[in-house]
Amino acid sequence: MRPCLRPTQIPSPNVVLFERASDSHMTTNPASSQNAIQLDRVSRHYTLGATAIRAVDDVSLSIAGGEFVALLGSSGSGKSTLLNLMAGLDRPTSGAIHADGRNLAELSSLELARYRRNTIGMVFQSFNLLPRMTLAENVELPLRLAEVDHSERDARVAEALQRVKLDKRTGHRPAELSGGEQQRTAIARALVNRPKILFADEPTGNLDSATGESIMNLLIEIKETLGMTIIMVTHERPLAEKFASRLAVMGDGKLLSDGAIAGVKS
Amino acid sequence: MKLRDMTELAVRNLREAIFRNTLTTLGVAVGVASLVAMLSLGVGLQQLASSRLTKSGLFDTVFVSPKLNLRGGPPAAAPQQPATRLLDEDARLEISKLPNVIEVFPQIRFPTEVRFDGKPFPTVVAGMPLSSKLSGAFDGMKGEFFSSESADEAILQIEFAKELSPDTSSLVGRTLAIRYAERQQLEDGSGGFSIVPKERQLRIIGVVETEPASGFGGYGNGRLLIPIGVAQSLRAAQVNDLRDVVRGGPSKPTYASLTVRAKSTANVDDIEAAVKRMGFGAFSLLDASKSLKIFFRVLDLLLGLFASLALAVATLGIVNTLVMAILERRREIGVLKALGAADNDVKRLFFVEAGVMGFIGGIAGVILGWLIGRGLTLATNIYLKRQDLPSVEISSVPWWLVLSAISFAVAVSLVAGLYPASRAAKLDPVQALRYE
Repeated sequence: MRPCLRPTQIPSPNVVLFERASDSHMTTNPASSQNAIQLDRVSRHYTLGATAIRAVDDVSLSIAGGEFVALLGSSGSGKSTLLNLMAGLDRPTSGAIHADGRNLAELSSLELARYRRNTIGMVFQSFNLLPRMTLAENVELPLRLAEVDHSERDARVAEALQRVKLDKRTGHRPAELSGGEQQRTAIARALVNRPKILFADEPTGNLDSATGESIMNLLIEIKETLGMTIIMVTHERPLAEKFASRLAVMGDGKLLSDGAIAGVKS
Repeated sequence: MKLRDMTELAVRNLREAIFRNTLTTLGVAVGVASLVAMLSLGVGLQQLASSRLTKSGLFDTVFVSPKLNLRGGPPAAAPQQPATRLLDEDARLEISKLPNVIEVFPQIRFPTEVRFDGKPFPTVVAGMPLSSKLSGAFDGMKGEFFSSESADEAILQIEFAKELSPDTSSLVGRTLAIRYAERQQLEDGSGGFSIVPKERQLRIIGVVETEPASGFGGYGNGRLLIPIGVAQSLRAAQVNDLRDVVRGGPSKPTYASLTVRAKSTANVDDIEAAVKRMGFGAFSLLDASKSLKIFFRVLDLLLGLFASLALAVATLGIVNTLVMAILERRREIGVLKALGAADNDVKRLFFVEAGVMGFIGGIAGVILGWLIGRGLTLATNIYLKRQDLPSVEISSVPWWLVLSAISFAVAVSLVAGLYPASRAAKLDPVQALRYE
């Protein structure tokens, strides 16, 4: 059952922000043990020549385990940068990101690599499959990095490919697949290490709408069967509203709104 | 990532740009080949020189002579030194009982005039023990070795044989006569003797290319070799006969010098010292052998240094190839990092790629270097054959050279991979994933 939402501060003229009645301070709440990830006043600034760019500016956000959160925003709004920060690919200029009981901002690069390897999975807009590897080999790659025993690998690869219904095409190379199939392979690769959180950066951006929907359905199915937290970056509001349980809207590096999907209005 | 997975990925990556990587690996192979070819020549020449010298019987031999003060003046012997002894049969038996002594035989050399086809040829005769056949000095000789110690047979050293006939092979089986001065003891008990010219017919049974009778006899190297038993039976007058006469009174005949053959060159020092303690003069050529080894070590070092330059150039190829690979695989590196590869994993992956190129290049280089060595040996032998000279092995690739060359190639390749690997490891995954 979705929580009841009420209007709150309006930071942008074209956005009415709602928050949960039962959780009115969700974006600034202290770390909860049930949170999959919590951002506390996170900023990511960098300079481009003489210009200072605030890609992410003072964002606080808590995401509970099992949620499907869509990060929505136009190009340059900072949603992908925020996703990279949460995925441990980038470090915040200030603030704290709590995930898996640790503050990612304080982890060494080796610990961040372990976090990416063991705690999260990632899906990209352009699939990012290695073209010279077969599907099975692409999916096996995270298992190699995690030093999983050879004896265990085949079964886990088969299980992941079966989940995305590509178990008959294990020997094919990415170029021999359609875009949707490539993205399903990427999802299988993201799942094979049994992560707690799945980050998806514009997973339907390179797909037609029908294929995009099928990918979203697959993500929903995975979330429900595996109880995984999914954080997805997208600029397609209808898709986000249709499939995500929560919508966080970003603009100019700031979090403009955050709430359950039924309450978000433009 | 485990080494096995790392190696699989590295080999897969190398196969991906197979033409470029093959060229780079070929560069390493050429570098290693030049190194192996140069060092194989150094080693081969050293082995050739050592084997020739060993066959000459100089380096496992101690030459014993009576301790004489021939320079005049007061005796140099200090009080603690043993008294000068006669180098007679008793002394020979005593020396033969020393540890690691194979045999002790007198050096019998005397001047002679060979009569062959009615012409005189002055030379030096040397008596050879039957055991000298095992020294290797007679390996590859034309004809046969002595059938017994008392056989009237002769083996000619090739230089002398050429004086007798340009076609040395035709000499085997023919007969020559040696004229020599026989010492005949006087029967008056004075210890004096007469010198009587004598002649002995000998059958030529072989021609040898080495110099088995090299030594320190007063007459230089023997060019006409006869069995030691025959040489003793001739009672040919030698230098020490004059000393025996001067010493006066009947006594056992003495030897001008004895040759002591050791089990190996390692025993020569001990035997030499023991002989000196017995009161005889002793000398070996081991020191010369050591100097030879030092010379070849320095030669190997210089050859290796020059050849390493080629390998150094090849390493630049590895650096270039890997830097190109980083540019091409930037996005892939980003994906690997996003999937959980640590900086070290990426660094090791490039290291392994460099190492694999070095390993394959090393193996190919050793094979190529060996082939070059064989080619040089073949060309040299063709030339020597035209000059009517025996064939030689001028190159040798021992196991230590094979293993060292491959290890060196891998080590140099890893060093070449340092910069690219470090650069790949430092790539920002976000930037790398954006790279098109």
